[in-house]
Amino acid sequence: MALTRSALRLFSGRFTQACQVRGYADAPSMSLTFAAPSQVLYNNISVKQIDVPSFSGSFGILPAHVPTLAVLKPGVVTVFENDGSTKKFFVSSGTVTINEDSTVQLLAEEAVPVDTLDISAAKELLAQSQSQLASASSEVAKAEAEISIEVSEALVKACE
Amino acid sequence: SQQVRGTATLKMISIRLKSVKNIQKITQSMKMVSAAKYTKAERELKLARPYGIGAQEFYKKAEVKDEEGEKGQLIIAVSSDRGLCGAVHSSIGRIVKTDIAANPNTKVVIVGDKVRNILQRLYAKNIAMVVTEVGRKPAVFGDAALVAQSIINSGIEFSKGKILFNAFRTVVSFRTTEMPLYSQNAVANASKLPVYDSLDSDVIQSYTEFSLASLLFYSMKENATSEQSSRMTAMDNASKNAGEMIDKLTMTFNRTRQAVITRELIEIISGAAALETKN
Repeated sequence: MALTRSALRLFSGRFTQACQVRGYADAPSMSLTFAAPSQVLYNNISVKQIDVPSFSGSFGILPAHVPTLAVLKPGVVTVFENDGSTKKFFVSSGTVTINEDSTVQLLAEEAVPVDTLDISAAKELLAQSQSQLASASSEVAKAEAEISIEVSEALVKACE
Repeated sequence: SQQVRGTATLKMISIRLKSVKNIQKITQSMKMVSAAKYTKAERELKLARPYGIGAQEFYKKAEVKDEEGEKGQLIIAVSSDRGLCGAVHSSIGRIVKTDIAANPNTKVVIVGDKVRNILQRLYAKNIAMVVTEVGRKPAVFGDAALVAQSIINSGIEFSKGKILFNAFRTVVSFRTTEMPLYSQNAVANASKLPVYDSLDSDVIQSYTEFSLASLLFYSMKENATSEQSSRMTAMDNASKNAGEMIDKLTMTFNRTRQAVITRELIEIISGAAALETKN
């Protein structure tokens, strides 16, 4: 009994070693920290790919992406995890940092999973913001209404 | 007259005893309230920590350094409006004072009335802005964004900057810490900035503005947790001290009461004995 157990242990040890050797051949992974002020979605978790909507265009981040900074636009962030699953989150605004060592910090002001969004509420918000823009008097009020429209349009798009 | 003095002292002691007992009740209830607020604050801080730490990563990875300039220093001192929380406010005030003494060209943005009171007397001209109504309710990102927007709108320029706050360690300890703040110029001249692709001044400006709000939010959350835990400890100590005073006063009260009774007995008995011997 003890012999078989120790034999199994030897076998599994060699098995893991073989896996490690194979591991070096894969591309370096990137570590994602995706957080909002009141919640943590990913904290230094290794993922395969992240698609982000930014003011300089929507782009996908893969390991060894060139370092950059970008400002987030209201839209959907898609995270492709290592086990193959995909998770989508709606973000309102924020910043994304990609560093030299392939660490990514995605700081969103608000982030919610897309399946918690209610399309009728989003359409209502869009109608509200459009009427706000029509009745806006000052530059500041106009800008605020335009931001509101941008977010609600993105919300409606995310629900569809 | 000795008798009169005895009862007068008795009354004084009982008044004092009643007031100390009331104080103990108040400090005990303040401790309970702080304990509840602390639990909530610590829970929110745990969720905010990855966000706050993530917000500092870029500046570390890009090796941003303070600007070489003469525009002076900006200190954002984060605290709150309410007292009775131990050394939370005074530790911030102390560090700001030593900083201003070392570097007179310093502007301070004060978040919270208590630090303003500490600095107002000697350093009123260094105070650039004061934010009040802080600490009553837990901070949300919108509050930090409001403060950040006011700082940006005021057009304060600085070469070197920092946020001073109390970082929460454990229920019984906190550490007064500083987080560096970098101006847009400092970021633009960072040694590793060329590594970062396709950056223009618009992106850098938006990034640093959002960073300011994020770092302020994080420091507010840390400070709130430190403040509540410190208040809990302070009120607990106050209750214990009040308890000791109550014990001592009760002892004195009982002794005085017994002394008064004994004196009365002695007078009655010696009076009766005097009457007997007369007879």
